[in-house]
Amino acid sequence: MLKVDTIEMGTVVDHIKPGKGYKVLEILNIVEDYPHRVALMMHVPSKQGGTKDIVKIEGKIVDKSAADIIALISPGSTINIIKGEKVADKFKVELPDELENAGKCPNPNCITNSEKATNKFKKESESYRCYYCERIFKAEELV
Amino acid sequence: MNLISIRDIDSKDIEGILDHAEKIDNGKATVDLDGKILATMFFEPSTRTKLSFQSAAMRCGMEVLDFSPGTSSLKKGESFADTLKTVEGYADALAIRHPKEGAVRLASTVIKKPVVNGGDGGNQHPTQTLIDLFSIKKTKGRIKDLNITLLGDLKHARTMRSLVYGLGMFGANVTLVSPSGLEMDKKYLEEVNDKFGLNVKIDNKPDYSDADVLYVCRIQAERFADPYEAQSVMEKFRIKKADLKDAKEDLVILHPLPKINEIESSIDEMPQAKYFEQAHYGIPLRQAVLDYILR
Repeated sequence: MLKVDTIEMGTVVDHIKPGKGYKVLEILNIVEDYPHRVALMMHVPSKQGGTKDIVKIEGKIVDKSAADIIALISPGSTINIIKGEKVADKFKVELPDELENAGKCPNPNCITNSEKATNKFKKESESYRCYYCERIFKAEELV
Repeated sequence: MNLISIRDIDSKDIEGILDHAEKIDNGKATVDLDGKILATMFFEPSTRTKLSFQSAAMRCGMEVLDFSPGTSSLKKGESFADTLKTVEGYADALAIRHPKEGAVRLASTVIKKPVVNGGDGGNQHPTQTLIDLFSIKKTKGRIKDLNITLLGDLKHARTMRSLVYGLGMFGANVTLVSPSGLEMDKKYLEEVNDKFGLNVKIDNKPDYSDADVLYVCRIQAERFADPYEAQSVMEKFRIKKADLKDAKEDLVILHPLPKINEIESSIDEMPQAKYFEQAHYGIPLRQAVLDYILR
């Protein structure tokens, strides 16, 4: 059994789609020079069946806007905010109805990829429409 | 008021613009925008759209400022946004064409003056759609339940995408005929179907025997890797006079122009060919649009 120490203050992102844990770290901007402890567990057996990824990050509190981006690649993941080694808050990430100033339009000919603009996307069923070029994309394409 | 995408206006507004254009065309209405200034900002080549915006503005009593990107401070590195903020101070409304999709939407967030989209990349060309709907109404008297065949490169032509949306809104039966690989985006058709219950047929063979309206657009050779295949496909989809013998007698042929060789030139003289009238309808229609955005 793989065992990882508890964290004092930070965030545990649980129930991440298997294989997407590294992408969650990327979204949270956890790069080489991040000064605190970080654990990435991939393909961990899940009690709900199948496998999942988990990340534990010391020293970083994930907010709603970051959780919205995580939802794009792994809806249903849970965010556990840890304070004093205890879960202070817990919530499930959900695809937001609108995304603003987040994500990137995958259409290379969209004006937002060549001019300064605040990215905006609106949810239409399980997809997102770019406010500018009006094209529809799968949620995970925006990350 | 802006006019950026056909998605932004409902059928009631479209009918209002078409009715107004009809009255202008019949001499039963005029548009008085005396003292106002229209800036035309075309970052891509245009003949009909730019000139008809300018002509329509002049017929409404407006003055026209024409912006030329090639001789502007864009050449010195000025941004699109800064250019817009400057021109906004010189005009009451801006007609913009840009190669990037969403550029006119971005313009509407940067400036407060009304903007009208003269075509943004492969996305939208709403005034062309309104001209197309107007042309169909003028020549056939209605849009609902007509059999309308759109033929050509339906993947890349922005006019066709916007037009399918408008035809769906007004209840036409649409047949989409394109070479294999140049079909209209399925996601887009699903969207129109979800909104309006679009009655659509898709085909890769040029057949328009049932059509009341045949709307043709260009197939570009550069879309094909093999020049020989390009040549044979373009020939197969070319509209020839001889092919029209099986078509309905009162068929109307439309084309957004420019046409290169996709319609045999002898067809130009036939009563079915309405594409030059269609281009001329751009004047009353764009007069009605200028009135709509500046009202």
